[in-house]
Order: sequence, then C-alpha cells, then structure tokens
Amino acid sequence: MYVAVKGGEQAIANAHRWLADRRRGERDRPELSVDQIAGQLNLAVDRVMAEASLYDPELAALALKQASGDLVEAVFLLRAYRTTLPRLAETVPVDTDAMRVERRISATYKDIPGGQVLGPTYDYTHRLLDFMQLAEGETPEPARAEQALEACPQILELLDDEGLVEREVDDGAAPYDITRDPPDFPVDRATRLQMLARGDEGYLLALGYSTQRGYGRNHPFAGEIRIGAVEVEIVVEEREAPVCLGEITLSECQMINQFGGSREAAPQFTRGYGLAFGRNERKGMAMALVDRALRAEELGEPVQGPAQQAEFVLAHADSVEASGFVSHLKLPHYVDFQSELELLRRLRRDHVARHESAPSAPAETPAEEPQA
Amino acid sequence: MNGYNFAYLDEQTKRMIRRGLLKAVAIPGYQVPFGGREMPMPYGWGTGGMQLTASILGEEDVLKVIDQGADDTTNAVSIRAFFERVAGVETTTATADANVIQTRHRIPETPLAAGQILVFQVPIPEPLRFIEPSEEETRMMHALEEYGVMHVKLYEDIARHGHIATTYAYPVKVDGRYVTDPSPIPKFDNPKLHMSEALMLFGAGREKRLYAIPPHTRVESLDFEDHPFEIQEWDAPCALCGARDSFLDEVITDDRGGRMFVCSDTDYCQNRQEEVA
Repeated sequence: MYVAVKGGEQAIANAHRWLADRRRGERDRPELSVDQIAGQLNLAVDRVMAEASLYDPELAALALKQASGDLVEAVFLLRAYRTTLPRLAETVPVDTDAMRVERRISATYKDIPGGQVLGPTYDYTHRLLDFMQLAEGETPEPARAEQALEACPQILELLDDEGLVEREVDDGAAPYDITRDPPDFPVDRATRLQMLARGDEGYLLALGYSTQRGYGRNHPFAGEIRIGAVEVEIVVEEREAPVCLGEITLSECQMINQFGGSREAAPQFTRGYGLAFGRNERKGMAMALVDRALRAEELGEPVQGPAQQAEFVLAHADSVEASGFVSHLKLPHYVDFQSELELLRRLRRDHVARHESAPSAPAETPAEEPQA
Repeated sequence: MNGYNFAYLDEQTKRMIRRGLLKAVAIPGYQVPFGGREMPMPYGWGTGGMQLTASILGEEDVLKVIDQGADDTTNAVSIRAFFERVAGVETTTATADANVIQTRHRIPETPLAAGQILVFQVPIPEPLRFIEPSEEETRMMHALEEYGVMHVKLYEDIARHGHIATTYAYPVKVDGRYVTDPSPIPKFDNPKLHMSEALMLFGAGREKRLYAIPPHTRVESLDFEDHPFEIQEWDAPCALCGARDSFLDEVITDDRGGRMFVCSDTDYCQNRQEEVA
C-alpha cells in the first residue's frame, strides 16, 4: 500500500555521508592534501579557476578535492563561493606585453624578437605511459638559465607597423560586467570575450574545431601564444602610480585570420583573441577561434556555422548553467509526466476510434517537446 | 549562519532583485532581466525561485516549500533546509500558515489568501522560446504584441491531434497584454492564476529573468472559441482522501498494471484525511 513518501531529509543526509566516505577512499591510505592538489594537479586547478572566474589556486584545489576530481562540480563550487565575495576594487587592465613569459611561441615567424620559448609543454612529449611514475621515481631538477627572460614584444605589433593586421584600440568604454548584469543579446565583443573566458573548455574546443572543419571556416594562424605571470594593479587614492597587488598567471592566444577586405577597407589580417587564467593553452586557442568566428557579422562574412551564431554559442557556453539544467532532469517531474500520460491516453483512444471507423486513416504520433 | 548574510544573498543583491520585482509587478507578465547570481545549488534546481525568496524573506516570515505539490520531495526538503540554515525562518507544511510559499510545478489546492506570496521556480521563462529560439527575436515579438505564432502552434495541435497538445506550462495572457509562461504547472492549475488573492512571483535563475502576476489580475489561458481551454479530469477520486477537485498523481502499486490515484498536494490530502477521521 502506498504511503506518502516521507523521510527525504534522512535519505539526503545518508547520501551525503556515503559521498564523503567515497571521497575519502581507503582509510589506510594517506589523505590527499589541498597543497598536493594545488602543486601536482596544477592544470586541473587552472581549469577550475578559469571556468569559475576566480583566481585562487588554494580554493580551486579545495574545490577539486571536495568534488573528488570532478572538474565541472569543482567549477560550480568555486563559482558559488565567488558570487558571495564583495567587490572591493577594480584593477587596471593587465598588461600582457609586460608578461614574465615562461612560454611564448609563434607559428607565423621562424625567429622572433625575444625568441621562441617552449617552456613546460606537453607538446613534444611522446604519449607513452611512463611506468617509472608508478614506482614513484625521483624527478630531476629543471635546467635553469643564468638570467630571466626579458619582456618581449607582441608579434602582432610587428605586423601592425605595416598595417597588415587590424589595429585594436581601447575606446575607454567601461566594460559590461556579466557577473552583475544579465547579458543583453546582441552583446558586444568585450562581453562575448568575458563569456567565452569562463566558458566550458570542451565546448569551446569542439566549436573551434568545427570552424577548422568548414563550419564557418576562416583559416587561422597561431600568431602568438604566451603564458606567464602578469602584475595585477589597482589605483589607490593619493598614489599617482597604480599599486601592484600581486601576480597571476595567464595564457594568451592571438590568432591571425584572413580577411579579403571590402569596398571601404583594404585587405588585411584580422584577429581572434583568447585569454584564460593559469596555464590553459588549449582553452585560449579554442577561445580565439570562437572569438574570430563570432565576428563574422561585424566583418561582413556569411553566418553559416554554429560557431558563428552568437546567441547559440554564448547562451550554452557556461558549464555551471549547462550541467545544472541537464542534471535537473533528475528532479521529480511526476506532475508534468502525469499530465502527458493523461493526454497520451486520450489521443490513443481517439486514434483507435478513428481507425475503427476508417481503417485506412494514416497513423499520427503525438509529439510535444518536453520542457522541464 | 556564520560567514553569510541573512538568507544568503548580500543586501545589495537583494535590493537589486526587489527593484526588479517592483518593475515586474508594475508590468504584469513582462519578463524583467535581472543580475542573477550563482546560488549554492545547481541551475535548474530552483535558483531563480530561491533568489526571489531570499530577497523578500523577513525574519518574521513563515516559509513553505513544495515540489510537485509535496513538501517531502527531495528538492523541496533541500531548499527548505537551506533557508532554515541561512535565514533561520520558521517553516511549515500547512499552506494556510505560510506567507511565502516557494513552489515547483504546482499551485496548492487550498485557495491562497491576500498577503500570501507564491514564488515559482521557472526553467524557461520565455513562452515563445520553442517557437523562436532567439532572445533578440522573442523580445521584439513581445514588444510588438506579435503573438500570432502561438495561436498557430495551438491550431496545429488541433489539426494534428484533435486537441491542444500542451498539458503543462500552458501559455497565458496576463492582463490582456503579455503572453506569459506560467512555469511548468499542469494546465489544471492555470485557472488559479486568474484574479488570485495572492501575489505570484516567478524567478528563472539560469535565464536571469523574473516576472509577476499581481493579485486581482486577469489571466487567460490561450484558446479558441470552438476549442475552449479545459483542464484535466480523472475518472476516480483520490484514493486516500476522496477528493474530486484536486490534481491526482498516478502511483504504480505493483508490476501487474495495478495503479491508484492520489492527491499531488500532500498538505491538502492530509488535511482532508484528518477531517474525515
């Protein structure tokens, strides 16, 4: 006999206890520390910081630990914390020209002022499992240069002198803040870049990839990719120069794309831009591809591929929103389902009645988009 | 709770949301964009409703939370526990005792009274969304009162199935102006929106929209003269309380096709059972 379902509270509490136990794993093994995660799973930490829009390696590592390594869950944890923080000041724009680069490459020139710097990259590793790491072998110290790299000029600035690449100017407008105000489509490029910067890496990767395969194709060149530390500064009253608060690591990607020109504009290269917290090169590149694809309308190109449709791309980029709405399908939908059942039974009764009176009538299938 | 403001959101954010709510009440059925915040629960699980509830809740308020009409479904339990924790307000399961009721997918069977506020959780606030996916376009359609497509959609249902095949989230016209999504309540509940004594607030967190139906506002469910709007009916009364006027959930009782129908509104059902006893 059915009784009204009670005890949800106890079930939830028990589920949480079991989850905590599962997270802890075997009790005879040492527990992972947040320090270890921040230090040794640093690329996961960087991805969580980028998509959560909060630069805090320690808390991102905590989120990863709490989420048992589930990146989307960790992003959500950190984002929900971020939203409670007060806005104390706004920084001056970070200057990536002055970046202390640890990696800096260009695919457009063989040799560049400041040099090609590979830095710590997986690019040329052979993807062979290193069984030595199972045995916990010692890792040798890296080779160190005598002196640090100098700040090096942006490659695109070199093209700029000839007018070969479009110039980008700061019009001084205060940027729209997507964390405070809802996006109001169509949105400008600064707003788009904000939304892409916190967008899900896998999603942007797939969209960027789709442009390479012909859905809104515009051949890109990796003009420059740089990773390194930049200073974060704020303006303080009574001080003339901005005050440095500290450094954050950023990954920046400048793509160079073709543009045929128009009646008014001479042909020149155009840019796609990507920027992400931490060492997030794949994200930066994907973002730059998608940024350029989203400029189709502005540059008078036909909008043909999904990656070129701003509302589509931007409204679905956020992993916190996407995973929330997909996972809500687990919530009870008894009432709506009951409503559909009732309709379906009625339609089927009608259908049978129709068939009995006219056996050759074409079959109809009821279709309605499930909504929530 | 330590480290968090009363009802979780900071006062500035609450004020921003309340300003949005005032606008929503002034323009019934109009979707007001608001600076939705992340909540510590997933989008799609009621974050819009929770932000509205957090913004209007005072220390003296008594809160009821239902999901599918029931107080004891897991998400209702979770949201109620959240506000107990972050706001310390009194909670209740009795519809008549609450002055703020947050709901997902139902309107209580017990008629609401003046002074009560019903807060709906809304997944997709735009009633035109599944006809026109672009926000830019749908906003223009609302501005120009271009609602013909909605009637075409309902007409196509009738042409194909002989009935309007929308059973929940059934579109309404509010105060003769805006076509509005009543949230995924069954169409059974639509008549309760009309000339309600209570204030109805709607919050869509992921989509960052809120809207309102103020008390004593005309709310018409879209229909045709020859196909008037009608609500669901059941052949049998509630198996527990005998009600014939409430929305019934189908409960499967065995694996041989056995089933029974019981009230989806657990508070209503329980009260009726006690009255009989």
